[in-house]
Amino acid sequence: MSVQQFTPQAFHRQAHEALGDPQIRANFRRAMDGLMTKRRDVFTDWDLETLRELGANIRLRALAKLPDLLEQLETNCQTNGIRVHWAEDGEAACRIIRELCEARGAKSVIKGKSMVSEEMHLNAHLEAAGIEALESDLGEYLVQLNEQTPSHIIMPAIHLNTDEISEIMHDKTGTERTRDVDYMTAAARAQLRERFMSADVGVSGVNFAVAETGTLCLVENEGNGRMTTTVPPMHIAVTGIEKVVEHLRDVPPLYALLTRSATGQHVTTYFNMISSPRKPGEHDGPEEVHLVLVDNGRSNIYQDDELLDTLRCIRCGACMNHCPVYTRVGGHTYGTTYPGPIGKILMPHMLGLEATKDLPSASSLCGACGEVCPVKIPIPDLLVRLRKEAVGEGRGNVPGAGVKRNRKEVAAWKSWQWLATHPAAWRGSTAVAGKLRGLAPSRVGPWTEYRSAPKLAKTSLHALVKAHRRAKDEGGES
Amino acid sequence: MTPVKLYPAKPDKVYVFGTCLIDLFYPEAGLDAIRLLEREGIEVIFPDDQTCCGQPAYTSGYHDEARAVAEAQLSLFPEPWPIIVPSGSCGGMMRTHYPQLFAGTPREAEAREVASRIYELTEFLVHVCHVRLEDKGRTEKVAMHTSCSARREMGLAETGPALLAQLGGVELVEQARAAECCGFGGTFAVRHPEVSAAMVEDKTLAIEAAGAEHFVTSDCGCLMNIGGRFEHQKKSLGGEHIASYLWRRTS
Ligand code: SF4
Repeated sequence: MSVQQFTPQAFHRQAHEALGDPQIRANFRRAMDGLMTKRRDVFTDWDLETLRELGANIRLRALAKLPDLLEQLETNCQTNGIRVHWAEDGEAACRIIRELCEARGAKSVIKGKSMVSEEMHLNAHLEAAGIEALESDLGEYLVQLNEQTPSHIIMPAIHLNTDEISEIMHDKTGTERTRDVDYMTAAARAQLRERFMSADVGVSGVNFAVAETGTLCLVENEGNGRMTTTVPPMHIAVTGIEKVVEHLRDVPPLYALLTRSATGQHVTTYFNMISSPRKPGEHDGPEEVHLVLVDNGRSNIYQDDELLDTLRCIRCGACMNHCPVYTRVGGHTYGTTYPGPIGKILMPHMLGLEATKDLPSASSLCGACGEVCPVKIPIPDLLVRLRKEAVGEGRGNVPGAGVKRNRKEVAAWKSWQWLATHPAAWRGSTAVAGKLRGLAPSRVGPWTEYRSAPKLAKTSLHALVKAHRRAKDEGGES
Repeated sequence: MTPVKLYPAKPDKVYVFGTCLIDLFYPEAGLDAIRLLEREGIEVIFPDDQTCCGQPAYTSGYHDEARAVAEAQLSLFPEPWPIIVPSGSCGGMMRTHYPQLFAGTPREAEAREVASRIYELTEFLVHVCHVRLEDKGRTEKVAMHTSCSARREMGLAETGPALLAQLGGVELVEQARAAECCGFGGTFAVRHPEVSAAMVEDKTLAIEAAGAEHFVTSDCGCLMNIGGRFEHQKKSLGGEHIASYLWRRTS
């Protein structure tokens, strides 16, 4: 399958193309405006700040105890009959899942929505081994039919509008061309239903893994998650190691934050709690349940007390919905599994700063993401931290640290530093700059393609203040 | 989020930190800020040795250079008077990021102490001076763009509009998506010019669509960006720093 290729290295080109595509611009603007409004309206029933504070603290407490909680989760899952596997990276996780499939002679896998499986490119891995993987989340299904990757972590097909979806479904599944959303949903549902019945394995993600009970919580709206985890004879849940929470009572506040922040819903249609395979005497449910816990760079993030905040994320997508950059360039432009603000702070750890060097700088640091993040991740601070790592002034514990350091830029900042720490020289140079303003370039690079060049003032504030003081001393206003 | 701040009584003296953008490009705005404070009966001290808060290097990741420059500002404010900054962006840098930047260094305590005395101009005029303005200007429709750092980093979405609301002749119009960034972001506008351009284009369109005849902002970065876009398109709609606008209409 030839998946449409976007890479983080080509961020600038991809941004240029997206900005020049009125359809993409309109689709994202409309969708993000809608999501922002829904979130704002739904939070009237809770004190948002109190709930965010609670959510942040639950996540911080879980992270503080992460190694112990993971052990506890493993023990309790095993007791419940869920087998637990550990994967150091995406490739190891793919191998574990493939081997589990092969052990049952499985030929087809039905998938509930899982961003971790996207992160490790599970579908391609299974296909190479002759196992078909079919996405069952409606958005993921459409994206897969269209041979694309998700453009949003909650709404994978948000870049497509109704007409485009109708065309894709017509092309790939033979449905009528229509604008009737109900017709298309019903058609997709019928197509998928058959596949649920015949699939050998169901693969899903996990939203919260509860350590004290060994319970896997799965949040969804379409029922495909429940089908994926109950119909096929084997269920494999795959998730990042940071998704663990300590207590069952930690789940309701996080769930309340997640649905409200993501889609503006009070609750989702389905909330699945998976705590064991089918027990003797039960009539349904999978015979085997597995949990694959994926590290893939997370324990490296965990070692750094600042970067650690990245792992609080509950993957609600609110940061991208509110991001002025994401809204304009769309999700594919980032060229990474996770786009938008969370992608910018997470992907450098997975792909290295060399590949992702344009991501942390692609932010005006406006703070809209940090303002809405339900677990109060200081996203702008983390972006600055990654910029610091990229120019080689951090702690050096992000892969590719120092990749953006170049002599010219360092020299420029050093001269600026010298001037700004020598006040007499600064005053002299600002005064001189004022006198030389006629010589200042009228085009300062890309700025002036869209805006007039800023004009140096004739007199600096330092000089104005001096004159003002003099005038006051003489008893008049300046 | 900015913790709740207990505002002091109006002091006799304050420091003004003018910021480098104002120093170089909009000096009148700095002087107008000083005039507004002086009119409230406050003596303004402008330390001559001030240069830049260090933010450009800080947000670019050059923290050693930023710290050196910030350190040079720390000793400029020896007396316990408030430090007034006519910019949310530089104010946010000094209030929020100085403590982070100096954490674990010998000057950490001093940085925290200075940070605790930082006030953005409109914040100070509203919450400490309880200023009462008398408008002498003509009737006009004005849009306010509050910078992202004033709005989010300093929690000051209300103080600019509150001051404008005191001006009888001003009809404050609100542009669509008023809280959205104008696309300046310092070096962002240079490193990602096209994305930044798309943002400022939307911002100027929204301000026009709101029927504004004029716009004001409390940050010179936004002013340079939004105003530069209007000027590039040869629009008559112009912008001004809020200090200049307030002074112009009330003096
Ligand atoms: S970083 Fe925050 S806002 Fe963004 S997806 Fe994660 S939890 Fe949601």
